[in-house]
Amino acid sequence: MPPSLRLIEHPILTFSRGRRVSFTFDGRELHGYEGETVAAALHAAGVSTYRKSPRLHRPRGFFCAIGKCSSCLMTVDGVPNVRVCIMPLREGMVVRSARDKGQLPQDDPPAAWPWPGRYRPQMAKADVVIVGAGPAGLSAAVETTRLGLETVIVDENQRIGGQLIKQTHMFFGSREHHARVRGIDIPAKLLERIDESRARFLMGATVIGFYDDRTVAVVRDREFLHLQAGKVIVATGASENMLAFDDCDLPGVYGAGAVQTLMNVHGIVPGRRVLMVGAGNIGLIVSYQLLQAGVAVVDIIEAAPQIGGYHVHAAKVLRSGVPIHTSHTILRAIGREKVEGAEVARVDENWRPNPGSERTLEVDTICLAVGLSPTAELLFQAGCQSWYVPELGGHLAAHDENLETTVPGIYVAGDVSGIEEASAAMLEGRLAGLSAAESLGKQLPPQGKDELIGELKELRAGPFGEKARRGKGKMFEEAWRHVV
Amino acid sequence: MSYKNGQALNDEELAPQKPSAERLQRGPVAFIECVEQIPCNPCVESCPQGAITMPGGLNGIPRLDTDICTGCGLCISCCPGLAIFVVDLSGEDEASTVSLPYEFLPLPEKGQQVMALDRNGDELGPAEVTRVQAGRRLDRTPVVTIAVPKQWTLRARQIKPISRSSS
Repeated sequence: MPPSLRLIEHPILTFSRGRRVSFTFDGRELHGYEGETVAAALHAAGVSTYRKSPRLHRPRGFFCAIGKCSSCLMTVDGVPNVRVCIMPLREGMVVRSARDKGQLPQDDPPAAWPWPGRYRPQMAKADVVIVGAGPAGLSAAVETTRLGLETVIVDENQRIGGQLIKQTHMFFGSREHHARVRGIDIPAKLLERIDESRARFLMGATVIGFYDDRTVAVVRDREFLHLQAGKVIVATGASENMLAFDDCDLPGVYGAGAVQTLMNVHGIVPGRRVLMVGAGNIGLIVSYQLLQAGVAVVDIIEAAPQIGGYHVHAAKVLRSGVPIHTSHTILRAIGREKVEGAEVARVDENWRPNPGSERTLEVDTICLAVGLSPTAELLFQAGCQSWYVPELGGHLAAHDENLETTVPGIYVAGDVSGIEEASAAMLEGRLAGLSAAESLGKQLPPQGKDELIGELKELRAGPFGEKARRGKGKMFEEAWRHVV
Repeated sequence: MSYKNGQALNDEELAPQKPSAERLQRGPVAFIECVEQIPCNPCVESCPQGAITMPGGLNGIPRLDTDICTGCGLCISCCPGLAIFVVDLSGEDEASTVSLPYEFLPLPEKGQQVMALDRNGDELGPAEVTRVQAGRRLDRTPVVTIAVPKQWTLRARQIKPISRSSS
């Protein structure tokens, strides 16, 4: 029996696991803990293949672990296509690996279906609906509730804080941006500043669409809700980018965010030996966090000739003996059912692998930290004009400096409005909150918005803010002029 | 620039941040190994003497007034980049000390022998732990002080437990 993947001790975190529960996976009895997701429990139990791809029947595991990529769809208690990476584990669950696209239940109303009877929604109203309880969404709620607006915050995850809940490192920035505070401690600080009497959190709830008049359709467990909102702030964050290489879909190829979720939220290490692909801040930080969890980082490779992250993050892993190879790429994952190795090679200035430079690394995990893409689908469905800004991560909802989109009353904040650090997301969240409040007729504190716009400019002023600066410039100037 | 290619900082790149030879002789002093313009400034507020400034604002490079710095080490655990070390080369004999942030388990104990590593993670040799600071104020970034021969003072930047194979 291999040693457990579950962490007992950690230099930063303490893991208080819930009640031990049993569940079945393809008829096999397994154990996990209340409070963790089905995907996390399966991984800890040594299961890496969660389904077979529908056409070619290739093994698939999770990839993003935050409910965005749909790589981990399984059948749970008879319901097909469940994202097990965000499905909380419960006693007696029957989990089955999926082989196809799933069958709709034939009985009517379906017994296993989440909603009883017809799909008649409950109706509710709110001054502001915020989609996403991460740094941007929470910061927006700080401002809207403080200005007396009834605010509903909807999030798919069980825990409040978005991706902050796995950021064990201290934040950069200045005191106003929670610098020196660890990301994991920031949600509580933001919650302290939210007026509880005006905030309602719907956690474990998915926004499945927008209707006219800013009505947001929400599904939670067995509830179906129509939320009619005065204003909507979309702070849905981003999803991890995939990288194309041979057998990149093998279980064991995980997004950096997924590794963090598994390791820092659930206390389960992804494997024992990791290849990190990408030397931006995320790749460097997650490498350090892997070392803190006692996992070997065999190599960090970066296709560009220079690292993208801060040198101080690189220095932390270098002095622990982790090599960083720039101008290197991954050629293929090795393994039949899961990752058993990786082949990497040096690339030339045209990003082509140099023949003869191939090396094989013995790793059980390939961690991809090759950028993020804004999770903007909901905005596009709502009719927001899209605009492509590569500096901000790709397709975005066009927005002005007040963060309002082309659909009046719908605002964006955080990574969904362009990939940046969480410090920027928090400032943008507050700005979107103030903008929404202002258009609902609230008197803003003097200089409220100008101060935030100034702080955002300062944050983006240095050489590392160049991409965001250029991207936001394109957005506010050419894109906005074009779409309006 | 070597560090942009994923290498450790070299002497030339470190030179602007390095305290003078004369100051190093005088007693403990901070060595801020932060050379890039990144939006970050907690070190400025961390110094009770006001020895750290950030010319150019939030995106500036920290500047240490080594005449004011007492080498107290309060800045070490306040740096989000874990880039500040305190070195003490003032001893008459060959011994010197390096204080470094250490966020790993197990936390070593005073008197324990550990392996000192340089900026590339290469082993320098065994070193004795002379002080371990932890606790609430340091917020899970303990500071470990090691005694090293003077030729390693400006190189030793990490420690690891001594494994059986290397002892």
